[in-house]
Amino acid sequence: MAAMMLRLENVSKSFGALKVTDGVTVTVPRGEALGIIGPNGAGKSTLFNLITGNLFADEGRINFLGRDVTRAPPMERVRMGVGRSFQIPQPFEGLTVFENLLTAAAFGRVGREAEMVDDCARILEETELLRKANVVAGSLSLLDRKRLELARALATGPELLLLDEIAGGLTEGECKALVATIRAIHARGTTIIWIEHVLHALTSVVERLLVLDFGRVIGIGAPNEIMASKEVRDIYLGLEV
Amino acid sequence: MKSIPPILEWRHDKGTEAPSFARAALSWPERGGAAMIWLDTLVQGALLGGLYALFAAGLSLVFGIMRLVNLAHGDLIILAAYLVLMGVTLLGLSPWIAALVAMPVMFALGWLLQAAVLNRVLGKDILPPLLVTFGLSVALQNGLLELFSADSRRIPAGALEGASLDLGLVTVGIMPLMTFASAIVTIIALNGLFYHTALGRAFRATSDDAVTAGLMGIEPKRIFAVATGIAMVVVTLAALYLGMRANFDPSIGPARLIYAFEAVIIGGLGSLWGTLAGGIIIGVAQTFGAALNPEWQILAGHIAFLTVMLLKPRGLFPRAVD
Repeated sequence: MAAMMLRLENVSKSFGALKVTDGVTVTVPRGEALGIIGPNGAGKSTLFNLITGNLFADEGRINFLGRDVTRAPPMERVRMGVGRSFQIPQPFEGLTVFENLLTAAAFGRVGREAEMVDDCARILEETELLRKANVVAGSLSLLDRKRLELARALATGPELLLLDEIAGGLTEGECKALVATIRAIHARGTTIIWIEHVLHALTSVVERLLVLDFGRVIGIGAPNEIMASKEVRDIYLGLEV
Repeated sequence: MKSIPPILEWRHDKGTEAPSFARAALSWPERGGAAMIWLDTLVQGALLGGLYALFAAGLSLVFGIMRLVNLAHGDLIILAAYLVLMGVTLLGLSPWIAALVAMPVMFALGWLLQAAVLNRVLGKDILPPLLVTFGLSVALQNGLLELFSADSRRIPAGALEGASLDLGLVTVGIMPLMTFASAIVTIIALNGLFYHTALGRAFRATSDDAVTAGLMGIEPKRIFAVATGIAMVVVTLAALYLGMRANFDPSIGPARLIYAFEAVIIGGLGSLWGTLAGGIIIGVAQTFGAALNPEWQILAGHIAFLTVMLLKPRGLFPRAVD
């Protein structure tokens, strides 16, 4: 069995009376690409917040690279190698694209600044943002903001990359290019957990799919098996398609 | 002999408080013409603006990064002035060395203040930090009063105090000139820090979005503590010049806070050069006000502020993205 990257053990989180994460247990081996699907409000983004440390679990444990990080703050986890992109892009709007990456690199990992500059330039090239390097991030289009989300997460030097609906709102062509980039990142060995509603984009990359509903895991397995399961179809897709 | 213009009348009964522009105006008859006096007033006012910009730079820095309005800013300037004064009177240092010694002390104080107190009250609600810094302002004033009494003090600057430079058309004091130059150097340094260092990028990133900054490995609370520390270093520089050119006592902090505020807001939030422009506008308005009638000095500054607010509510140089 491949080395373990991330393990969530019986993790729960409530907002008041609402249980948004309900006893989630999942293990992600190193190098895997795991897709997460589920209806709106199923607790997908909350799960990411628990993994990044923006929220702390009420119950259960989170283990990353063999270390218990259940109570570790976000800055500590990013330095350990948890990188994340947001569903709604949140670039540092007053900084240029390149500065966004440099900031992520300078504080999100350990290393010398000169290497980081080269690395950030390489990431910009890979995410097709090189020509926009000196543009102020606040003025970017949606596609470029999505690219920047990905690029900035990469700049933190992640072992585990969390992508939150990065393909949402893009045109078919834009989506295709982004998926190709993500596939290349995955091929280099980065472990990926990807929340996505654009299923064909997701299933073209991930090896396993996890289905969330009301905070519970209702299925996990190979994409074709999951998509064929009646329970998933009933809950997630709602209708026969 | 020509009749004495109104600007000179008041200095006879105001004695030692005559500001430098009035001293310069004394030479009016030889230099010929009221135009010279107004030019002189303009220059003195602009140089005074440098001091106000120094008051304001620290305030602007802290507000820009953490949206914290520090109501104790003026009192912290006065505290720093007493620190410098102590260095001069107790340790026998020159004011410049005393300020250099006071700077790390003030940095540490600012760092501690932010880490131990202000970080705990920063949040969505803007009221708690206002209350805490207001409380701090009152405590500082009373603490300084206990320690140093209500006597007004001055940092002795030696020969520099009265030194002036004859520029032909106008004569300017060396001290106001140095104050202004220091303001410019401070702004260049702060802008350099802001736009050309990793720390500066972290400042801007945190100011943009502290939660996302955390996900990039930045610890906003540490960044805030460093920012307040740096603001206190600027405060010490402002205190040095304030203390060398005017008398101070524990009660005058709040008025410096107001000048700083007005300079920041006139300039437009987030622009340090705008803050300098704001300081100059207040400084010029004050000296012109005083030239017309000495009692109008402070009022004229406030009127200039209100006028700018009426015409440009977002300040003269607002940031494009806020």
